[in-house]
Amino acid sequence: MDWAVFVVAGIATLVGALGVVTCRNPVHSALMLVMTLFGIAVLFVEQDAHFLAAVQVIVYAGAVVVLFLFVIMLLGVETNEDLHKDPLRGQRPAAIALGLLMLLEVLLLVRSNWVTGAPSTAGAARSADQTNVEVLSRSLFTRYLLPFEATSVLLLIAVVGAVVLARRPTRAELADINEDDPDLVTAE
Amino acid sequence: MDPLFGHGIDLTIVLIVIGKTLATFVVLLLGVLLLIWYERKLISDMQNRIGPNRAGPYGILQTLADGIKLFFKEDLLPEQADRRVFRLAPYLSAVPAFAAFAVIPLGGSVSIAGHRTFLQLADPPVGVLFLLAMSSIAVYGTMLAGWSSGSKYPLLGGVRASAQAISYEGAMSLAIAAAVLIAGTLSTHGIVADQAGKGYLRGLLPKWNLFTVGVVPVVIYVIAATAEINRPPFDLVEADSELVGGFHTEYSSVRFALFYLAEFMNTITVSAVAITLFFGGPNGPEILGLGGWSGFLWFLIKEILFLSVYVWIRATLPRFRYDQLMDLGWKRLIPVALYWLLLIAALRVGQDQGWNAALVIGIGIGAGALAWGLLGLAARTGAEQAAEDALGLGEVRA
Repeated sequence: MDWAVFVVAGIATLVGALGVVTCRNPVHSALMLVMTLFGIAVLFVEQDAHFLAAVQVIVYAGAVVVLFLFVIMLLGVETNEDLHKDPLRGQRPAAIALGLLMLLEVLLLVRSNWVTGAPSTAGAARSADQTNVEVLSRSLFTRYLLPFEATSVLLLIAVVGAVVLARRPTRAELADINEDDPDLVTAE
Repeated sequence: MDPLFGHGIDLTIVLIVIGKTLATFVVLLLGVLLLIWYERKLISDMQNRIGPNRAGPYGILQTLADGIKLFFKEDLLPEQADRRVFRLAPYLSAVPAFAAFAVIPLGGSVSIAGHRTFLQLADPPVGVLFLLAMSSIAVYGTMLAGWSSGSKYPLLGGVRASAQAISYEGAMSLAIAAAVLIAGTLSTHGIVADQAGKGYLRGLLPKWNLFTVGVVPVVIYVIAATAEINRPPFDLVEADSELVGGFHTEYSSVRFALFYLAEFMNTITVSAVAITLFFGGPNGPEILGLGGWSGFLWFLIKEILFLSVYVWIRATLPRFRYDQLMDLGWKRLIPVALYWLLLIAALRVGQDQGWNAALVIGIGIGAGALAWGLLGLAARTGAEQAAEDALGLGEVRA
């Protein structure tokens, strides 16, 4: 039973991942990415990581990819980019080489005793009287409290940074720019 | 956990689960059939009209007739459309609407073929998060339908859909988190079980989360959920006076029917979620002779009341303007929901630590007033600056 779920979810994940890079239409690529994310969510459920699976769908499929699509829709996808011309010289061979290196690394890891087959290395994902959410939140708010808080501060900084970057310049700032470089304002 | 899976799984149990799945699907479809008729009838009454009265007694079969008609219409595929996505979108809309309904507890526990089981299709340990996940992927249907039609009005509808869904998801999640905080579990069955028992004012008021969380999150949830499922007054996605038909302008026949179906399934699911989280779910005094099934009756009664309110809102309020929609979501609902969640959390911690409740509430209200003042100041400064910029921009450019 577990095996069947794993195979189906694994195939969905891989087909989606291949689709992301082979589809010519960016919207199709984004949809393939959603399929990959769903496949991974199913694999998480199989590993008893219910919380992670739900959050994966809510955050990645529900928010991140929706924002991707939002941007694609606003900017339009009619512009046919020439896929045969590299924007960066030598990008393609480098990508293939790094990909092969990564594959080799994964294969080596599989052969070593890093992969034990156990659902988790940091204790059981759930116990008889505690659900996965309880186990996870307990370790998140006790043992891993500092990294957790550090992450939240990082996100806060990112939000503030995004607001500062997206903010329209005020009138006074515009006047300053005008003095320095008149072309900049007329271009806007 | 459902007691059904307590002693291993055999053929009877598999059959019971399949039966429950079919029953849930049929309940939801029948609900949609009756809801569409009920909504049209009730709106007619509110507008001094008669409404549907031809098909069947009181026109109750009108929806069935409409459905059959839609099935025999021509299925159009616009030339500019992205064919695959255009065909896929209606299903992306309908499937999450049904899946979300699966975790709603429809009644207490009953005996089927000698097995005790909950009247609920599934009770995952992360039930509430599952609901949020389904609601967050439901936007794909609307958005992709708008984009793939290859025409301007649907595209505008699709872009509006994605912006609206993301804006109101935050407020909705924070309101739901209040109920989760009270119950201390993410399982929908657990949340309902937590609301059973002796209520407030010597049992005069039931022990529903509606009173436990202090009404505000319930109001926020209902507003945000209405926006999330694009029902009036938040139906900017299809806004027929601005966008022709919005995201489903180019759709006809069965595919259009699927969108319609999804919209009403969502309405039922959203009301059911509100009942589960805040109104005690199927809890209620046992009705004589019904035993475990009386919960289902209570659920139906609450559901019909809730749906009537939705119809009432639709008949009363005009559609929001786009900027009003964004203002309400970001500047009102999210700050209030966040503040209320923090207040509830502070009270819970205070309870555990034995703090003075009056002091906690006092400090909470003070901090809230301060935050509201600062937020108002920031909003006013921002608006002033924007107005000034709008006035001065031409000058600077010149």
